[in-house]
Amino acid sequence: MRQFQYQRARTLDDATGLVSQDSTMAIAGGTNLLDLMKLQVETPGELADVNRIGFGEIEDTPEGGLRIGALATNTETAVHPRVRRDYPLLARAILAGATQQLRNKATTGGNLCQRTRCFYFMNIDQPCNKREPGSGCGAIDGVAKLHAVLGSSDQCIATYPGDMAVAMSALDAQVSIVSGDGGERSVPVREFHCLPGDTPWRDNVLEQGEIITAVTLPAPVMGGQLYRKVRERSSYAFALVSIAAVVELQHGKFTRADLAFGGLAHKPWHDPRIADALIGQAPSDDLYDTAADLLLEDAQGHGENEFKIPLARRTLHAVLKQAVEEAA
Amino acid sequence: MSAHLKQDKPDTANRLDQMKQGTIGQPITRVEGLAKVTGTAPYAAEYPVEGCVEGVLATATITRGQVVSVDRDSVMDMPGVIAVIEDPRMTTRAAQGTANEAPQQSPRTVCYWGQPVALVVAETFEQARDAAKHLRVEYREESDAPVDPQVVDAEEQEDETVRQGDLARAMSAAENAVDVTYTTKGHASAAMEPHAAIAQWDGRQLTVHASLQMLNYNITELADALDMEEDQVRIISRFVGGGFGSKLGLSEETVAAAIAAMELSRPVRVVLSRQQVFQCIMRRSETTQRLQLAADGEGRLAGFGHKALVSNLPGESFAEPVLQSSHFLYAAENRELMLEVARIHRMTAGSVRAPGEAVGMPTLEGAMDILAERAGIDPVELRLRNIPEEDPEEGLPFSSHKLAECLRQGADAFGWDAGPRKPRMTREGEWWIGTGMASAARVHNVGEAKARVTIKPDGTGLVETDMTDIGTGTYTILAQIAGEMLGLDPAQILVDLGDTQHPRGSGSGGSWGAASTGSAVYVACQALREEIANRVGIEETALDLADGRVIGGQTLVDLLGGKELAREGHYEPGAIAEDYTASGFGAFFAEVRVNHFTGETRVNRMLGAFGFGRVLNHKTARSQCLGGITWSIGAALTEALEFDPRTGHLVNCDLAEYHVPVHRDVPDVDVIMVEERDPVASPLQAKGIGELGMCGGAAAIGNAVYNACGARLFDYPMTPDRVLAAMPD
Ligand SMILES: Cc1cc2nc3c(=O)[nH]c(=O)nc-3n(C[C@H](O)[C@H](O)[C@H](O)COP(=O)(O)OP(=O)(O)OC[C@H]3O[C@@H](n4cnc5c(N)ncnc54)[C@H](O)[C@@H]3O)c2cc1C
Ligand code: SF4
Repeated sequence: MRQFQYQRARTLDDATGLVSQDSTMAIAGGTNLLDLMKLQVETPGELADVNRIGFGEIEDTPEGGLRIGALATNTETAVHPRVRRDYPLLARAILAGATQQLRNKATTGGNLCQRTRCFYFMNIDQPCNKREPGSGCGAIDGVAKLHAVLGSSDQCIATYPGDMAVAMSALDAQVSIVSGDGGERSVPVREFHCLPGDTPWRDNVLEQGEIITAVTLPAPVMGGQLYRKVRERSSYAFALVSIAAVVELQHGKFTRADLAFGGLAHKPWHDPRIADALIGQAPSDDLYDTAADLLLEDAQGHGENEFKIPLARRTLHAVLKQAVEEAA
Repeated sequence: MSAHLKQDKPDTANRLDQMKQGTIGQPITRVEGLAKVTGTAPYAAEYPVEGCVEGVLATATITRGQVVSVDRDSVMDMPGVIAVIEDPRMTTRAAQGTANEAPQQSPRTVCYWGQPVALVVAETFEQARDAAKHLRVEYREESDAPVDPQVVDAEEQEDETVRQGDLARAMSAAENAVDVTYTTKGHASAAMEPHAAIAQWDGRQLTVHASLQMLNYNITELADALDMEEDQVRIISRFVGGGFGSKLGLSEETVAAAIAAMELSRPVRVVLSRQQVFQCIMRRSETTQRLQLAADGEGRLAGFGHKALVSNLPGESFAEPVLQSSHFLYAAENRELMLEVARIHRMTAGSVRAPGEAVGMPTLEGAMDILAERAGIDPVELRLRNIPEEDPEEGLPFSSHKLAECLRQGADAFGWDAGPRKPRMTREGEWWIGTGMASAARVHNVGEAKARVTIKPDGTGLVETDMTDIGTGTYTILAQIAGEMLGLDPAQILVDLGDTQHPRGSGSGGSWGAASTGSAVYVACQALREEIANRVGIEETALDLADGRVIGGQTLVDLLGGKELAREGHYEPGAIAEDYTASGFGAFFAEVRVNHFTGETRVNRMLGAFGFGRVLNHKTARSQCLGGITWSIGAALTEALEFDPRTGHLVNCDLAEYHVPVHRDVPDVDVIMVEERDPVASPLQAKGIGELGMCGGAAAIGNAVYNACGARLFDYPMTPDRVLAAMPD
């Protein structure tokens, strides 16, 4: 761990002011950042503690949605009565992640910004374009079982590892961001994370000096909600593949199919063509295959992680079948 | 005064059963448990030592080559940095268990990625770690170091080779033949407590608080590494937060801390990071194993073949003893066994949790399941038919043998259905449900040990030995053994362990601690009993002690008359080891569910039935079995060291990414202990316990996966990707 300065931000202005400096990073629960600092993957000169700036509330919005403060803990969000009633998918996704102890510390903002678990990213004695632009990618031709099969580049094949954001993507939530000059913007979760392209060091659209203040869920929609996380052991493991789904059927046909996928790409994967293919159709294995074909059209494995392609297909079948059964 | 027992003959006197205290076998809670769970038991790094500075190891970033230079100036100006220690005596690999000499030294020669090359010492841990990361080391790299066991020519371990009869002929003549090849991935030895040492040097005497399993060997290894006399060295390891083989031999931080303390004349603490624990201590070798079984129409084996390829670094004597129980588990006249080692540049392979059987038994028992299917015989029945009368290779009698009882009692308790077996008979929603079973076997080990037992003038007892308790219950059972023999409540006996100033015990490893050091305590107590009998004026065999007195006679306090009475016991395994084959046996039964869509496999319930001699404490013994079964689940489903194919470095080097079972993976587990008295195993009639629970259990799970969903896997662990690849449509 490098020596660093620590400052506690008292207000949002404080926080954005502090993180406008090049070497300053925000710290919330610290469950990701501190681990990376111990490994010297992250070496901020200064930490701006944002835990006391407010934004820990979970509140109804006038539109009937829910605004989850950036500093609300994952546990608070998962147990919130409205989340459990109207957005059970989100509660399930959060509870499928990490452990109780970690979720008690982890926050909405921190969870969105958690970094990849790529082994080479986490080891500073290995090449990694994300950590050290231009040094190469250790994972390509290395151990890449956890890596991406969609949207990767020849610079980086990492995945976004989280669960919460996958649910938020299916729910089409918006991320509220405030910048140093007080400017506010709102970005759909679906556009918050980036693909690696030739800027693999960039995980998401946050600019220097920006702070996440909240994630807003739209008013709840009709339909069943599912979160399916496939993993080697039954807890405390990142997803091999995960699927968040909001699915509604009427008169034996799909009327809604908002699906997002984790474990496949550098971001929670959302492909609007899948809903288009499903809506108006009656459930069938062939239909699910059509949806899977669209999802995996451009999928490309890297040796060890090729299994994710059939796994994603099979998991999609399982999730849609379950949704149909539950709707019946 | 000291008493010596070299066990050359079976001990049929069975003295423990004639004692009157009634504490042996009782499920007493671990005496140090409360201190541990309340955080008051000091682990190695936690001793408050005034003026202690912190050392962090700098590790190699090449796979093979030479250190040309270590640039001290690159870090000496960093805040808090005190010294860069680069010393040819520093060790670069953990010593193998019972090595009894310094492990590989000279850190300038790099043999694997992540090997320690220097120690950076600073005022605080964070400063030392930062500086260690910054230390500039120049290497002369030797390219093309082989890191894949499949690409090098392997060396045959000739003393493991067995050729009896003609296996090829037996295979071609067999009515039912199985010829299959399995792989197993490497396993980590990492325990919760990382390796740590605090070394203090007073100019004459070196004192080290360390986290080690076998102080009786470690002291010799440390003295040898430092070129010192053993009487100048003291090692203290009162509490050890898990060993799993990683702390059998002296490890790198201890030597580095000692050298730094002597050089700086200040106490130095060195704690390995979690990543270093994974990367520079011990791995279990990955294996490739070919199993050949030739059976007649009734499933009786005529031919048995087991060949294994394992790996290790050049210069290491250890080769994962995959075939250990294969030598005697099943009868078959025509036998071929062979073990080969590939020399590659991954970190040291050594004894990790049940070395040998932990990976040899799951493959053998997987092959037996295939044979049972081919021959149309119930898998339990198949094993029963092949239990040998005597060791099939050596012709030696077994010390005791409870496999048949374990199979029967286990099947009964589990509710094993001996009817015809076919995969895919039960489905609940997305999940296929199935059952499987396997035999368990783990050779019994004992070693030389000494312990001193004292009866204090106030009638309380004291047991002293440098034996360690790595969380298994040694403190507790030694008090029970002494209590039983001397007629004392174990609560009245202080057990003082983990200090090399005490007589040398056996150390903890290979599940041999209880039988070995327990026997030393027994020998000491037997000598004390003789002295007491003498004072009372009766034969020792007529002496009945309970609750601090001769039954119907004087109290021990009166008999001692204000003076303490002490005896040292010295136990040695003797010629008996050559005359018998001694092993623990057992049987595993598992019910699993396999998700048809995702290939995820979860254990619904599991049962282990074990015969391992006398049970010294039903609670600690059961806990050992539960732990072993938990490892079985890990070996079956999740545990896998992953190595970079280019540099050979271990990539998943923490407990988030190296997957041991979590609570939810360990369901309803049942343990049956089939008690017996093994007169050969030790004068306690007890054998080793802990590791047996890992020796075969993974096959019960793998066989259940097949029975559930029809996916026959030949690679452990059976992760979802592999299950899906083998899953029929
Ligand atoms: C062993 C382990 C297992 C885990 N398993 C899972 C899992 O299965 N699924 C899963 O989803 N997650 C998992 N996690 C990750 C966990 O969810 C994240 O560590 C956590 O959500 C991060 O939140 P935090 O508040 O602690 O973030 P911090 O560590 O404090 O910060 C993380 C990043 O976010 C930035 N940041 C924080 N708050 C803001 C803000 N308001 N605005 C802008 N930037 C901000 C920080 O600067 C930093 O870069 C696991 C973590 C660990 C250690
Ligand atoms: S996949 Fe991305 S994060 Fe991983 S090593 Fe390559 S560049 Fe780095």
